[in-house]
Amino acid sequence: MARSVTQQRKIINTAAAWAVGLLIFFPILWTILTSFKTEAQAISDPPVFLAFDWTLENYSVVMERSNYMRFLWNSVIIAGGSTLLGILIAIPAAWSMAFVPSKRTKDILLWMLSTKMLPAVGVLYPIYLIFIKMGLLDTRIALVIVLMLINLPIIVWMLYTYFKEIPGEILEAARMDGASLRDEVLYVLTPMAIPGIASTILLNVILAWNEAFWTLNLTAAKAAPLTAFIASYSSPEGLFYAKLSAASTMAIAPILILGWFSQKQLVSGLTFGAVK
Amino acid sequence: MATQHSRSAARIMMAPAVILLLGWMLVPLIMTLFFSFKKYLPLRGGDLGWVGFENYVRFVTSSSFWPSVLTTLVIVGGVLLITVILGVLLAILLNQPMWGQGMVRILVIAPFFVMPTVSALVWKNMFMDPVNGLFAHLWKFFGASPVEWLTQVPMTSIIVIVSWQWLPFATLILLTAIQSLDGEQLEASEMDGAPPLARFAFITLPHLGRAITVVVLIQTIFLLSIFAEIFVTTQGAFGTRTLTYLIYQRVLESQNVGLGSAGGVYAIILANIVAIFLMRIVGKNLDA
Repeated sequence: MARSVTQQRKIINTAAAWAVGLLIFFPILWTILTSFKTEAQAISDPPVFLAFDWTLENYSVVMERSNYMRFLWNSVIIAGGSTLLGILIAIPAAWSMAFVPSKRTKDILLWMLSTKMLPAVGVLYPIYLIFIKMGLLDTRIALVIVLMLINLPIIVWMLYTYFKEIPGEILEAARMDGASLRDEVLYVLTPMAIPGIASTILLNVILAWNEAFWTLNLTAAKAAPLTAFIASYSSPEGLFYAKLSAASTMAIAPILILGWFSQKQLVSGLTFGAVK
Repeated sequence: MATQHSRSAARIMMAPAVILLLGWMLVPLIMTLFFSFKKYLPLRGGDLGWVGFENYVRFVTSSSFWPSVLTTLVIVGGVLLITVILGVLLAILLNQPMWGQGMVRILVIAPFFVMPTVSALVWKNMFMDPVNGLFAHLWKFFGASPVEWLTQVPMTSIIVIVSWQWLPFATLILLTAIQSLDGEQLEASEMDGAPPLARFAFITLPHLGRAITVVVLIQTIFLLSIFAEIFVTTQGAFGTRTLTYLIYQRVLESQNVGLGSAGGVYAIILANIVAIFLMRIVGKNLDA
């Protein structure tokens, strides 16, 4: 009796959850579908959902016409470069905070977080001016530096959380067994820290890839990443829905896939450990 | 055991991160403060000398200031209301036993990974376009005349777009919090005959209080500075000019750096008020 009620409830739950999930996902699904239509089908009235002639033409047109590869490459360099640079700077900092904590560790962590709260528009002109003076406006280096700095607090914070979970006793045990410092770092610490470092990298690549204030304001033609490439579609000419969809699909696909892998780390990473 | 030696090593290891962030914070901040007390027009004469608090007064007394504050508050408030309420409901739904829970989670989280320029453009063209948008087709199907979303109800449209982007974040955090709820407590109250609504109001909701606070604070900080969504859709027209967008226009479009910097200082103060509350919560958790 009780069991059949549960079963029935489970069916209702499943139906409701899938309906809501598909509704939320629908704009993305619709974009992906539209990217395989011809321009005429993309705006046909009434709209067609699946019964259209699937074509890859939009993808080849977008790639040929707009130097798509250059924007993609800029995105990869900017997101990857800023994350790696940030990781290199953050690892020693997080390491020392986790293993040699002092009275001020907490204050430093909170202060780092507070720099993240600085509204970008408040410092837009100074940053703009500095990069003009240094001849770095519209270069990938400028964006690598800026995105590294805005994400550094999150990187330090996430790594700190992961490192703190590594028990110090294990290090002591290794030392007692005669491991040298090099062995200790290489064979004991690193393997334990790799999952944490990997998920930190993942989340920060996502954040940097999607960042759309500095990437729009500090780039023009040369260093513009995919965020700016897509924004250039905002003043369209003629038929363009299918091409817009193809460009959008290509811009979000890599991150959607990475994102699905990182969803477990997302919560602790984005709330700075305030929600576990 | 931390020795004197390891302490100084620790300091050296921390130095690069601390120095970089200190520079990142102080240098632009000091420059913004500096410019905010100057009449500074890069394209029309450059530095025209000190003007005291004139920029601060002009920024607040300009006719676009209060509307921009109101716009900002309506967008932030609207998005918070929608994402928190729907987020709680969705988190409760996703926490129920069902088939394919992992898959549904993935569907729900997906919008968070879409870059802001893409989501704004997709919504603007493929959903809200008054001729070819999906909403127009839907409206026509039911015999209504299509709405020109971004010109007739621009604020609602932007709130819808931004809420869609942030709902996954709220849901994910609230779901994480709900999963730590003690199931036995709920069961016991159910046995005692508490109706579902009472169970929600007296057990689930209080348990979620902290997570809701965190969602509200973090989202507020990000929502105060939304930019791409407005840049791509209305460019600040039709009453959608937020404080962030107003400052951006002063600084980069009309190149009135002094005035824009004064606005920037206001934005920094505003963000810091919110940040203080967030830091308190995070800091408390750090002790535990």
